[in-house]
Amino acid sequence: MYQALKNLSATQQIGVMFIIVFGLLIVASLGLFLLSMREHEDPLMQQSHDTRLADLSSLLRTSWMMIFVFWVAWLAGDATRLVLFALGSFFALREFLTLSPTRQGDHRSLVLAFFGVLPFQYVLVGTELFNLFTVFIPVYVFLALPVASALANDPTRFLERNAKLQWGIMVCIYGMSHVPALMLLDFPRYDKKNAFLVLFLVLVVQTCMVTQHLVARQRKHRLVAPQISQTFTWHSWSCGMAAGSLLGALLAGITPFVPGQAFALGFVACAAGSLGHLVMKALKRDRGIPIWKGEGKSTTGAGGMLDRIDSLCFAAPVFFHSVRWHFGL
Amino acid sequence: MLTGSQARWWGCPPKAEQRIYFANHQSHADLVMIWAALPKELRHGTRAVAARDYWTKTPFRQWLTTAVFNVIYVSRERNAQEDPLEPLMEALHAGDSLILFPEGTRGHLDEPQAFKAGLYNLACKFPHIELIPAWIANVQRVMPKGEVVPVPVLCSVTFGAPMQVQAGEDRQAFLTRARSAVVALRDI
Repeated sequence: MYQALKNLSATQQIGVMFIIVFGLLIVASLGLFLLSMREHEDPLMQQSHDTRLADLSSLLRTSWMMIFVFWVAWLAGDATRLVLFALGSFFALREFLTLSPTRQGDHRSLVLAFFGVLPFQYVLVGTELFNLFTVFIPVYVFLALPVASALANDPTRFLERNAKLQWGIMVCIYGMSHVPALMLLDFPRYDKKNAFLVLFLVLVVQTCMVTQHLVARQRKHRLVAPQISQTFTWHSWSCGMAAGSLLGALLAGITPFVPGQAFALGFVACAAGSLGHLVMKALKRDRGIPIWKGEGKSTTGAGGMLDRIDSLCFAAPVFFHSVRWHFGL
Repeated sequence: MLTGSQARWWGCPPKAEQRIYFANHQSHADLVMIWAALPKELRHGTRAVAARDYWTKTPFRQWLTTAVFNVIYVSRERNAQEDPLEPLMEALHAGDSLILFPEGTRGHLDEPQAFKAGLYNLACKFPHIELIPAWIANVQRVMPKGEVVPVPVLCSVTFGAPMQVQAGEDRQAFLTRARSAVVALRDI
């Protein structure tokens, strides 16, 4: 697969990927549709059938969303792409802050986060100032925002409020902005096929998540953190990791990596993505989206943007920096 | 408004059983907010309570509240012959859930006003129905007083743990407790 992919021209590679990825998604969607037509005599069976279907279709929706992210990254020009990802960050951050009520004293910091930090971070990506881009949020913003909060003269739960805001910025702005940044990495002899790096990341991470989810459905193994996730077991996690990294090695042909490197980078991205997803789940539980015992699932009013992109937001920066460090770019 | 409002089921899961939700009331959008926050399966059997004098004033308001939200009207003027709770009790007998704003009117302060007795009376007559406090957070967060730039956050509705009138609890004590249960949800 590696050699075959490597020998194709860029256009052919795109064609092959297009057929494989969208073909798989369409087959999966069709299969799910057919399954949803089946009816059980027993109402209890019917109910469990329905919940399984709802579960699978939400997983499928996420996969479509991830591929859509890649597709946008591929089609749009540099500027459009940055604006689209910035909008994505904006909606994710808005959702995050809706779930974590802030106080009046946070108002100025919030305005800064939405209308200062967010656009500036994307401008930094656009201008390829990678050195500033990597430290802007974790150093300057994290030190400056509490100042704005402190000046608002409200000490009530100061630490907690700032932690909330900083987490939101870290995941929704910092993490997300690394996806379009991947497009700008300059590999020697790779003639700017960087959209494949995004596809590689998205496919590998999403394969890991889907495998993990499907394996966990069998419920044979002990949940590691039942209060936080109803699907995370060490068994399902290692299956997901294996599937993701193997796919990474197979896809090496569309990346600037040799299969060994692709495996390792896939492994790194999967670890960051799947564990990040777990962390986001814990955050959401804390923010008032508990799992209701007996219902076995979490409840939100609108399962929004955050649910779709959280693993990507964790995987992207780790992947980005490992690549830069390893290849000395 | 783009994606509706977020529901946070803090104290109880969204289950299809008969309940009385009671919430703080700060804007006309509250009615829509709390209803939008309920999952689709629950909206059908959940009816909000709205003041008749205000919501039937124009044909549009009447259409909106009757045809779209299927609300129950209560009159705010006291009238010797009729019990204002009568339509609510009918709905509860019919098996519907209710959304109630026990302040009776919209408040303009941070904290809700004192609750009216209706909630207590209903709770005493229907002891088997769960009372769920809810906190609606909306406009005040978007733009607090004295600020010029709005923050883009969505509205959220936080649902708390079910409560009940305790044996021997008098009206005032219960209403105070219910009100503080609603206020407590603000900071979660």
